[in-house]
Amino acid sequence: MKRSTLLAAIVVAMAVLAAACGSSSNTTSSGGGGGSSSSSTPSGSAETAGARGGTLITRANAAPSGSPDPQVNYTLQEWQFLIITHDGLVGFKRVGGAEGTKLVPDLATEVPTPTDNGKTYAFTLRDGIKFSNGKTVTGADVKATFERLFKIGDSPNAGSWYNVIQGADACIKTPKSCDLSKGIEVNGNQITFHLTTGDPEFLFKLAVPFGFILPADTPAKHVDIPPPGTGPYKWTEYKPTTQMKVERNTFFKEWSKDAQPDGLPDAIEQRFGLSVQAEVTQVENGQADYISNVDQVPADRLPELSAKYSKQLHVNPLLQTEYMALNTNVPPFDNEKARQAVNFATDRNALVKIFGGPQLATPTCQVLPPNLPGYQPYCPYTANPGAKWSAPDMAKAQQLVEESGTKGMKVKVNSDTTDVHKAIGEYFVGLLNKLGYKATPQFLSSDIQYPYAQNSKNKVQLAWSDWFADYPAASDFLNILLGCGSFHPNSNSSPNIAQFCDKGIQAQMDKATATAIEDQNAANQQWAAVDKATTDKAPWVALVNQKMLDFTSARVKGFQFSPQWYFLLAQASVK
Amino acid sequence: MAEFAYEPEPAGAVVLAPGETAREIAGKSPWRLAGRRFMRNRVALAALVLFVLIVVVTFAAPLYAKHVAHADPFANNLNGTTVVDGKRIEVLQQGGGPLKLGETPIGPTWHSNFFLGADNQGRDVAARVLYGGRASLLIGIGSALLACLAALLLALVAGFFGGPVDVILSRLMDLIWAFPIFLLAISLATVLLTAPDGLQWGPVRVDPSSLWVPTLIIALVYVPYVYRPVRGQVLSVREKEYVEAAIAQGASNLRLMFSEILPNVLTTVIVMLPLMIATTILTESALSFLSIGVQPPKASWGTIIDDGQNLLYSRPWVAIAPGIMIVLTVLSLNVLGDGVRDALDPRAKLRIKG
Repeated sequence: MKRSTLLAAIVVAMAVLAAACGSSSNTTSSGGGGGSSSSSTPSGSAETAGARGGTLITRANAAPSGSPDPQVNYTLQEWQFLIITHDGLVGFKRVGGAEGTKLVPDLATEVPTPTDNGKTYAFTLRDGIKFSNGKTVTGADVKATFERLFKIGDSPNAGSWYNVIQGADACIKTPKSCDLSKGIEVNGNQITFHLTTGDPEFLFKLAVPFGFILPADTPAKHVDIPPPGTGPYKWTEYKPTTQMKVERNTFFKEWSKDAQPDGLPDAIEQRFGLSVQAEVTQVENGQADYISNVDQVPADRLPELSAKYSKQLHVNPLLQTEYMALNTNVPPFDNEKARQAVNFATDRNALVKIFGGPQLATPTCQVLPPNLPGYQPYCPYTANPGAKWSAPDMAKAQQLVEESGTKGMKVKVNSDTTDVHKAIGEYFVGLLNKLGYKATPQFLSSDIQYPYAQNSKNKVQLAWSDWFADYPAASDFLNILLGCGSFHPNSNSSPNIAQFCDKGIQAQMDKATATAIEDQNAANQQWAAVDKATTDKAPWVALVNQKMLDFTSARVKGFQFSPQWYFLLAQASVK
Repeated sequence: MAEFAYEPEPAGAVVLAPGETAREIAGKSPWRLAGRRFMRNRVALAALVLFVLIVVVTFAAPLYAKHVAHADPFANNLNGTTVVDGKRIEVLQQGGGPLKLGETPIGPTWHSNFFLGADNQGRDVAARVLYGGRASLLIGIGSALLACLAALLLALVAGFFGGPVDVILSRLMDLIWAFPIFLLAISLATVLLTAPDGLQWGPVRVDPSSLWVPTLIIALVYVPYVYRPVRGQVLSVREKEYVEAAIAQGASNLRLMFSEILPNVLTTVIVMLPLMIATTILTESALSFLSIGVQPPKASWGTIIDDGQNLLYSRPWVAIAPGIMIVLTVLSLNVLGDGVRDALDPRAKLRIKG
């Protein structure tokens, strides 16, 4: 998921999920693990559990971008609320730390093991769960939910995530008459999904808000406020100019502490309209409890917060990579040596400073971030190649530029106008000039930079971008950002900005995807090999892996950071 | 956005400045009279001195950077160090407290290097402010001159020929005027910045990061602001007896426009020029602040304020210093503009609308 486009990202951080697809019971973690790296508060486990009651006041500069409809909105800002008002058949365990990436049964009684080469998933719906309007959840609601996903017409991932459901192709062509009877078989409480092809990541896709179950009578058009759900809270206010609010759902009875625990605050609000600087001041003064993940704490407030409010700060690693995409189809970076040269020359320690220092970012050379399945530390572009980046190698870089014959070429460095990203762009303009290129900047508003960089018509040579995992899977990085199928010429929606397509590597990716259906651990090894092979080809200059900084008020107790959902709002106490 | 309206004196009227007698001005050319009046206006003189000082200081930026600050104000200096009070320290300093969050640039040292401190890329702010002034003044003066020149020519043509020529040109100007200035400038800048190969007019190519881009955009949006009063003047002067006499003598259209009419409307443009420069400097700063004017790592006062707004809490001088420079420059130009107006056209009214 692209953070800058979506305003916020689903971030699946830290934990190693060895999630054997389709089974929650054999999910394991290794290495890395959970918890905050430097927080004064361990994120993996709650602080002293607090009392119920009160209102948790959160602040955001603006309302979540786009429609509030749960099947359309693609921002973590709204998803943080949707996960406590709605449920999917399965869900990510609602705890902090590594456990938070584990799949657990939610509205279904258990996480199914796929059959038929990963093409069939059978669920049993729990009895007696009610929506916040008092109606009982039925199999018909499940089928209607996924039909609505297509009928609504602009659900962002309908065509890329859920098109594997049998009948979905016809739904994409003629959304209004969408009928998934073949793809979703309902028999009482038994629900069976039939897919056209084995999809090892299908369960993850059911665990995010696009797949959350809505009442069957929800109109197939955008709603102004999310419709009734099954969680411990219900939406009572959604005013994009002032605030959104959820309050207790009186029909909620806890059925699974793992999937959907009851909430502690009586109500949770998010108020809009202040600058981030003012939001920080409000949290300092106790006028607000939390700054939404969409608003980053301004860099010049960090030393003050670090010194005075360290107990209210929470730093946690994200499953995220910052990178500069090198266009492999346009000179000079159609030349592999030129791409490797920039990789060798990049001083990632300097870039760490731009991101706020070593506590908030760590250098990286590779595509996959730490703790993602398939991650194995690898850095060929450093003074002493090995597992970790240590220092730039300018001599090697200059030698490669000479060998590539690209010295003196013009390069436009594309980035957006936000403070940090502009600074990164400026850094690369200076670096490329030092390497002998004639570099100039092209800084565009963050609203247009990402689509502009994706469109091959614009011949962008070097573009800043970042990526946050939608769910914990290596393919969510490698296949989406560097797969041949992700490059769409002349389209604003072509996430493979580097226009990288290596048939050998693509074959490796396809093989790893197929392997994951049967053996996730073996697939993880294959993804690690793909990561190395891709890194060697240098379609990116991978820069850093960022960490999340949360700042909460003094009255907030029980801060938990889920790698999937960030700060678990409902699990914090304000009493 | 301030707008100004200029009402010149009726052409041909005898004008005396306050405290001036007819005897004093008898036999003196209008330009000499204007010079005499300007030199007697101490406030305007002070403004001129201040403006010249700002120009000289900013155009000495390369000397300052090389010989005083010993710094490259455009290259990032994230890992740089400097010596303060005999101690070598990092230009970007890690935050304190138990978590050591953030990297804060050093503040003003009040010494030759990092006199005003560093920005978030570790660059010398004082050197950038001087370089930034150079860019701001070049763009401000350049775009004001271009706007005035274009407006003068168009107004001469429209006012002299009248009829359909006047209608077409005036409506075109109205069209540009109808757009909010910043909306038009932002739209133009976005289009130019996203052009993959820059601007191309035959053999002339303008790179999107060139200073010409903001200069041309700002010039374009301000043409109508000068065109309107000048066209009115041309329409008035064209009916004067001496113009009719020249027509009777068989003078060509070009001669009528440039020898008879132009000298009589030129003072209007001269009076407006300092105010236009002040306005275009402000516009340039605003556009650069929005990241669509001067492109980093080049500096202008607007880009430096943009850099500084993210350091307002910890390093306010990064934003304050270029802000002070803008205030001083615009103030000096406004006072200078008043002085020029008083000197050239003592009874004219110049209204600034907020």
